[in-house]
Amino acid sequence: MAGKERAAVLGTGQTHHKAKRQDVSMAGLLREAIDRAMADAQVGWDDIDAVVLGKAPDFFEGVMMPDLFLADAVGAVGKPLLRVHTAGSVGGSTGVVAASLVQAGVYDRVLACAWEKQSESNAMWALSIPIPFNMPVNAGAGGYFAPHVRSYIRRSGAPTHVGAIVAAKDRRNGAKNPYAHLQQADMTVDKVQASQMLWDPIRYDETCPSSDGACAVVIGNEKAAAATDRPAWIHATAMRSEPTTYAGRDQVNPQAGRIAAAALSNQAGITTPLEETDAAEIYVPFSWFEPMWLENLGFMPEGQGWKLTEAGETEIGGQLPINPSGGVLSSNPIGASGMLRFAEAAMQVMGRAGEHQVDGARKALGHAYGGGSQFFAMWVVGADKP
Amino acid sequence: MRDVAVVGFAQSPQVRETTGTTNGVEMLVPIFAEVLSGLGLTKGDIGFWCSGSSDYLAGRAFSFISAIDAIGPVPPINESHVEADGAWALFEAWVKIQTGEVDTALVYGFGKSSAGNLRRTLALQLDPYVLAPLYPDSLAVAGLQARLGIESGAWSEREMAEVAVRSRRDAETNPNAQVAGSKDVDELLAQPYVANPLRRHDCAPVTDGASVIVLAAEERAHELVERPAWITGIAHAIDSAHLGARDLTTSPSTVIATQRAGGIDGVEVAELYTPFTHQELILRRDLGLGADVRITPSGGALAGNPMFAGGLIRIGEAARQIHSGNASRTLAHATGGPALQQNLVCVMEGRD
Repeated sequence: MAGKERAAVLGTGQTHHKAKRQDVSMAGLLREAIDRAMADAQVGWDDIDAVVLGKAPDFFEGVMMPDLFLADAVGAVGKPLLRVHTAGSVGGSTGVVAASLVQAGVYDRVLACAWEKQSESNAMWALSIPIPFNMPVNAGAGGYFAPHVRSYIRRSGAPTHVGAIVAAKDRRNGAKNPYAHLQQADMTVDKVQASQMLWDPIRYDETCPSSDGACAVVIGNEKAAAATDRPAWIHATAMRSEPTTYAGRDQVNPQAGRIAAAALSNQAGITTPLEETDAAEIYVPFSWFEPMWLENLGFMPEGQGWKLTEAGETEIGGQLPINPSGGVLSSNPIGASGMLRFAEAAMQVMGRAGEHQVDGARKALGHAYGGGSQFFAMWVVGADKP
Repeated sequence: MRDVAVVGFAQSPQVRETTGTTNGVEMLVPIFAEVLSGLGLTKGDIGFWCSGSSDYLAGRAFSFISAIDAIGPVPPINESHVEADGAWALFEAWVKIQTGEVDTALVYGFGKSSAGNLRRTLALQLDPYVLAPLYPDSLAVAGLQARLGIESGAWSEREMAEVAVRSRRDAETNPNAQVAGSKDVDELLAQPYVANPLRRHDCAPVTDGASVIVLAAEERAHELVERPAWITGIAHAIDSAHLGARDLTTSPSTVIATQRAGGIDGVEVAELYTPFTHQELILRRDLGLGADVRITPSGGALAGNPMFAGGLIRIGEAARQIHSGNASRTLAHATGGPALQQNLVCVMEGRD
């Protein structure tokens, strides 16, 4: 029985996320994030042993297995290139797979990258292709998730303005992050509540934007981390999946997310997640998913997640700052969104989050989900060696 | 490194067209049952699940989501997916076992190529800005590769036909093969071109199919089978995407992967994933596989080519040579992308 090797994030990088990055190709977009991650990690191409690339469905940009044509741009020629695809959680899964390559002792340093160029794609169309034996999702992701949100409100008795609190907070946080797509420093709960209703109870300002963007992280073993100033040690990783539909499935608080979070805490040696976590970057594409995931992740008891949000405790400076970067509500390059959560969690414990830094953050969670709330990927990173 | 072995393998029949959906579920359910019951396992015994498939082949986004219905993952499972041949899913599963987090993994790949026009679909793997809009299809790209080899004197149309004859003869004893039959070289060379210099026999058929492999570590592998196929090395690498920047008559990434997987010393059987006859000639030459190495005794991709399951089948067939005691050391190869762009090599051995 071999022991798992320690692994750490040595550096992170991301693009300035925008609605349309017409100044760069898909390769150029990815390379911006990669170059920044490698500079942050202080590594060169010779230091990289393998590349892991994550991307949401190929149909989005209309390229079959785009990792193949990107082999040169991501510096993979003559090296192993692994393409991960696990729906919206893919950015997170890519981080988990890259970490496992190092933890397994197979490679010393791995580059993980993920991207989406929504201006060259049509996600709404790609998500609406009829599937045998499945209910069509013709209204896109918002139409699919709105009933889950309504169910959450009914079950928890949450006041209906909690969603707007999340949205206003994340947009204001985004204004502290120079890479965020939406820069709305003056966003308020009233403004969110005055915006157009799209999928009741989800209003326009409570939805994520469509972004072009990329993210990259360099992950290394203990020896590689020794040469790095303040790496983010990977304390735990977890992935779990369940079917889209089955009798008795709880779509508001999915079992796959709950057991992934439990496995994660167990691995990280965390017994009281709310007390022991200093910051969390969780995948919140629609505002209400903040309180929902607070419960699913075990930070709050079932039905109580909204209370932490309503009390302002998820703001920077609160008990558990959620999405200090502005989160998915401020930038959503789909395939990269999960990796951005993982990278932003690492930036917090590396002390490199700039204006959206949470003071003294030493342990942080990165979280992503995908499909119909059925694929989960998460990690815990810390300033201290595990 | 932990000792990890292939302990189970099953595949669907390789056929021109299945009646099932592109979800793969109809092909996967029977072979999951076959491989698990053969080992006396249930789904609860599997620590990690990983699959390889392609949305483009299925003609929809997220095709792997429906495929997990073949597992029935309730309670939820530890699971991942690669948009590549199942052989790369096997690599990810092998890594997961190496972390010590799990001791067993089930890997699968599936593809229903009959759902679309495969040769045109594969053109969309090329650079979307400068090459794909011209729609050079997979036969055209392979034809360019074959032509370069012929003109450089690296191989001939006769040598290519000889590969096809051997493949079809071997396929006669493979109950899952789609194409079999013992035509001779002259008969094949009398056939017309489909993409000059490629004739029909030079190209893998269009095939629907699926495959599954179970991996297990150390004692667990010993408990499950008498003669596990221990993986002594597994590695993969990729070449440039720019066809004009590559010497298409060679496969540098296969050579790199083979070196990292421990080389070919002592290899008795090599299962090569070569959807075109001349690609086998490239690999045999680049890897230095001599006459003493039995090449692709299953008949290989030329006898049946289920996309995204085919590379995993090569690993399964090479493992089976060890399970059965036919060989002590075997090599399996998988490929992806245009003109052998991406390659994986897995070397296995039996221990007595």
